[in-house]
Amino acid sequence: MVTPSELKQMYLDMATARHYEERLQEEYLEGKQPAFDISAGPIPGELHLAAGHEAAGAGVCQHLRDDDTVTAPHRPHHVAIAKGVDLKRMTAEIFGRETGLGKGKGGHMHLFDPEVSFACSGIIAEGCPPAVGAGLAAKKRNTDSVAVAYLGEGAIDQGAFLESLNFAAVQDLPVVFVIEDNDWAISMPKDRVTDVENGSDRAGGFDMPGRRVDVDDAVAVYDAAREAVGRARDRNGPTLLEIQVHRRMGHFMGDPETYRPEEDQDAAAGRDSIERLVEDLRAAGVDDAEVDDLRAQAEARVEEAIQWAKDQPEPDPAAAHDDMWINPGSGVTDTEPDFDLAGGDD
Amino acid sequence: MAEQIDRELTMSRAMVEAIATEMRENDEVFYMGEDVADYGGIFDSTEGLREEFGYDRVMDVPISETAYLGAAVGAAQEGMRPIAELMFVDFFGVAMDQIYNQMAKNTYMSGANVSVPMVLTAAVGGTYNDAAQHSQTLYGTFAHVPGMKVVVPSTAYEAKGLMHNAIRDDDPVAYMFHKRLMGIGWLPAPDGPKTPVPEEEYTIPFGSADVKREGDDATIVTLGLHVHRALDAAESLADDGIDAEVVDLRSLVPLDTDTIVASIEKTGNLVVVDEDYRSYGVTGEIVASVADEALGALESVERVALPDVPIPYARPLENEVIPDAGDIENAVKRTQ
Ligand SMILES: Cc1ncc(C[n+]2csc(CCOP(=O)(O)OP(=O)(O)O)c2C)c(N)n1
Ligand SMILES: [Mg+2]
Repeated sequence: MVTPSELKQMYLDMATARHYEERLQEEYLEGKQPAFDISAGPIPGELHLAAGHEAAGAGVCQHLRDDDTVTAPHRPHHVAIAKGVDLKRMTAEIFGRETGLGKGKGGHMHLFDPEVSFACSGIIAEGCPPAVGAGLAAKKRNTDSVAVAYLGEGAIDQGAFLESLNFAAVQDLPVVFVIEDNDWAISMPKDRVTDVENGSDRAGGFDMPGRRVDVDDAVAVYDAAREAVGRARDRNGPTLLEIQVHRRMGHFMGDPETYRPEEDQDAAAGRDSIERLVEDLRAAGVDDAEVDDLRAQAEARVEEAIQWAKDQPEPDPAAAHDDMWINPGSGVTDTEPDFDLAGGDD
Repeated sequence: MAEQIDRELTMSRAMVEAIATEMRENDEVFYMGEDVADYGGIFDSTEGLREEFGYDRVMDVPISETAYLGAAVGAAQEGMRPIAELMFVDFFGVAMDQIYNQMAKNTYMSGANVSVPMVLTAAVGGTYNDAAQHSQTLYGTFAHVPGMKVVVPSTAYEAKGLMHNAIRDDDPVAYMFHKRLMGIGWLPAPDGPKTPVPEEEYTIPFGSADVKREGDDATIVTLGLHVHRALDAAESLADDGIDAEVVDLRSLVPLDTDTIVASIEKTGNLVVVDEDYRSYGVTGEIVASVADEALGALESVERVALPDVPIPYARPLENEVIPDAGDIENAVKRTQ
């Protein structure tokens, strides 16, 4: 059973993530309006916000430790927040600042925080194999850490995902695959591109359990993930979890969403996993004043991170040429040994 | 006297016009890609096509590049004329085997008994801070493997003529269009790619580079977005009394070495400008080709390309690595 303190932690993560996305949306659109110009404004590039996905981040990561690896896709912020990624440095990265997680080199789709074993990347399903690799390392080293790969429902048709399921299954690796089903892959509705209704059904073909959580209810996600993460930690192999979430915003900022029926947009806006969790908190005896206080804490933390990020310096252009190698180009040595390769006596 | 053309189109409209014309004339032409139906292509590459031709011929496909690019190879081998799109060229890696080992090689491996008349369209290029996985051009990667024709339009006029030729060609063609040139509202194009475009059908032959500006002092060889940056550089060099010629390659495979060499024989100074990585790529190849054919005519050589780093995200960093008009200008000055 989920404890009141776990409920509060999930609420904090989710409220932080929601406020974060709403504030990033504002910051991002600054300078890009009225005519949307992707290359203007304080936050450069593409921005994929995860409002409506929060339960999938918090409900799963609640069971993870810092040494458990998480890979996330192009819509990563809610997962990063739930995994405990340094919010200030993550925000600085999104603003393209020198003190960002990747010194401004990676950006919002390429966040790396090795302190809490988090990474994300932008090519569909490409985070799955590295998560399998983290599971493989745990198995070889005989530790009880686990790995979680997040992906969208649009990613379940990608080879990197399907091959990873098989590899994790045949090696009994401690990996949990988490599909966030928001019904859309940019403009493509799920049923246009995939013939199974539930991504979790893919598990059957790989001899692993598949579980779907039909509503974005943080407690239901928590329960399903406890079993899946527990199974991995106990070395009983991988699990495929699917969580129904919803997309409250466009695919990326600036997406006109002309392809999306208004009812669908309204339905997404009407479902709110955070409000649902507030009811769970009340039922667990947490009073409204405390909920308000948690929300205020979350919002303050976001504001502080954004302000901090904006105060950070931009990178020096010359830094573009740094960070290519850990070792110098010559490798671990710059001298070649002097063997007599001719051999023989003379 | 050639007729005067007044109608101007953006590059995306010109590209779509050619595709629509071919689709009207030939039932066997169809388009596959992610978000090409209702969305009309993230970079407007299929805007309006689904409305005219329906979902069966303007097909949204699963995010399974290996499957649908390979399926385009297969359908082409059956004699159809598929066009398959990589939303960003950077995603080629997911399907590299189908591209490199089938699309490019099946004609040759079959002793030309099999043909692969498909077009692979791909959005390329940076300048809007989309970082390392969504900003590459990969021109060199595509041109490197033998067996694909590789074309890169720089204006609406080229976009249409090259697309007609690409669809009609019996060989696989990679058609690499630069996002910054398409004329998309949210990704404003520079002046230049929007050009007069004839209403009628016309084909531009591959392997015919176009001299976009004539000059006697230096030859700037480039392609895609950098044609426009080179023209800007040439304008400001003219103020300093330096007269640069700008050669737009238009296709990498086949490569029109003759036009480049003719220009070098006039100017003696070669500046190759590329938005791909510096090493093992377009700049080195052009320099080597000129050296092969006209070493004696070469007085100086400059390469302007991305340094060998992944494309960084932050604006000052991206600006540092992607060549701009100033970088081109400086390179030309170094040859004088
Ligand atoms: C291999 C590859 N193909 C295409 C894309 C372009 N792309 C980015 S996000 C996206 C849709 C993803 O949908 P889904 O997996 O459901 O995630 P969501 O965006 O809904 O969270 C696509 C097609 C990509 N990044 N990588
Ligand atoms: Mg989705």
